[in-house]
This record gives sequence, structure tokens and C-alpha cells, in this order.
Amino acid sequence: MRLTVLIRPKAGILDPQGEAVQASLATLGFSVTRARVGRLVDLEIATDDAEAARVEVERMCAELLANPLIESFHVVVENA
Amino acid sequence: MSEARPRIAVVTFPGSNDDGDARLALELLGAEAPAVWHGETSLPSGTGGVVLPGGFSYGDYLRCGAIARVAPVMNAVRRFADDGGPVLGICNGFQILCEAGLLPGALRPNRQLEFVCDDVAVTVESTGTPFTSTCSPGAELVIPVKHGEGCWVADDDLFEQVVDHDQVVLRYIEDVNGARDRVAGVSNEDGNVLGLMPHPEHAVDPLLGPTGGVPLLEGLVAAARERVSIAAL
Repeated sequence: MRLTVLIRPKAGILDPQGEAVQASLATLGFSVTRARVGRLVDLEIATDDAEAARVEVERMCAELLANPLIESFHVVVENA
Repeated sequence: MSEARPRIAVVTFPGSNDDGDARLALELLGAEAPAVWHGETSLPSGTGGVVLPGGFSYGDYLRCGAIARVAPVMNAVRRFADDGGPVLGICNGFQILCEAGLLPGALRPNRQLEFVCDDVAVTVESTGTPFTSTCSPGAELVIPVKHGEGCWVADDDLFEQVVDHDQVVLRYIEDVNGARDRVAGVSNEDGNVLGLMPHPEHAVDPLLGPTGGVPLLEGLVAAARERVSIAAL
């Protein structure tokens, strides 16, 4: 079972990296009103139970993959 | 008779690079400072204090300090801290203590997106910790900083809690990295765990620059000495 975790800086958390990306895109002539930079983690888990896998990955996010003080996360099940 | 040298464990993670200076500074100030490898599951017997030094543990993978906080030695550090033992986290050590939940808040990339490397002035905001107990409230200390991710953040509720419990210990006089309310160092509620971005271990020898780190590390040495002597009774 493959799952992807999308981790983002929480709303309200300053993201200077995103601001730099936005400024660089503007330099290249692209019009972007906002850019936020997060992180993604691809995981493979030896199970066929999508729901169990999701629950497990959510626990991984809470314990390590994301810092709940500054980041939100979203788990995507890639194949059932 | 000279006073006994208390034992202060300095943890080395893969990627720590200020552990050597931390040990030298503590030894200069009267402690015995053994290096403790991150894979250890216990602290040396008779440990009276712990330092988590600066550096880039585990290459700052995932988030600064996130991987280090699951190192085997951290269970021993947590037990030591829960038992009231003095624990000092410097720079990366501060990030590790925040990730471990031993200190409030988190460290984010500097507001100005630049690595900052400079001698900075901080004020002592709380003297209720062993590290600052000999300082006068508002005392100014000059200590170097060198970090890319030192912007301490906390949401409104957490920040209010931190202020209410007198946990802001050090504050930059001028903004250094965008940290909320110019916070340079915070403690846990009990005051026995302190994290700070400035490097006191680089500020103990007048030959090399400012000496603002001396009172903080002397405070740690004194607290470690007291803890060891109480344990010996």
C-alpha cells in the first residue's frame, strides 16, 4: 500500500521560504499572489487495509512526520 | 580544598559540532564534562547536568531536531529532566528540546531568510531558573548566535501560557531572526530545562570575544554540583 503525506506550514505560520519562492517567480515574470512551501513524504506499508494504513500514517504524522505546532498534514492513499 | 567537579553530560549526536566547545567551556568553569554518544540508553552515573549542544544533528533532516529527539539517549534525558535535573539546550539542542516536547514552541527558518552569525545582546527576563539565578533581572549579556532556523514561534494561547509562567528567560535587545517577542531563550514551567539560540559555550574566554555565556554556564555548573551533593547525602 502506497500513501503520500502532504505537510504544510499551518495557516498563520510565517513561511519565508514561500515568500522567497513567490518573489523569485515574480522576477521571472510569473504572477503569483501567494506561495507556501511544504514537504511530501511517500510511504509504502505492507498491508492491504487502506483504512488501517491511513490510521497508522496519521499516527506517524502526529509523532514524527509533522510538528502539530507549526504544520498541518494531509494523508493521501495512493492505491487501495 | 577545591570544590568537587560536578559531572555534566554533553550529548553528541551525528552532526553535532559544538559539543567540543561545550565540554571545554564547562571544564573551564569547574565541571567534568564527559561526551555521551546519542546511542546510549543511560547517562553516566553521577550526572548532575546535561547539555544538548549546537550543530546539525542528523543533517537537520525532516525538521531541525526532529530525528534527534527519537535518539535512544533522549529517553534518559527526559527522565533526568522530569526528575528536576538541569538540562541546557543550545541552538540545535534548543530545537531538539522543542521537538521532544520538553520546551514550548518551535523553531522556524529565520524571518530574513539569511543565516545569522553575530555577537548579539540579550536581556535576562527571568531569574527563576538555575541558569540565570545569579543574574540581575534585566541584565544584559552579549553572546554569539549562528543559526539559520532560530525564529521561535508559538501560537497566541501557548505564548500567553509561556509568559504567564515566566518561561521567557532571554530576549534579544534587537530583532535577530523574527522570533516572537524577540524570544532568545525559554524554559519549561519548572525552570530546570532551558533552551536558547545564542551560544554561551562560545562566550567564556575574554581572549576570544564577549563573555556573556559565563553566568549561564556557571549557573548550570552550580545546579549540577548541588544536585550531585544532594544525591550523595
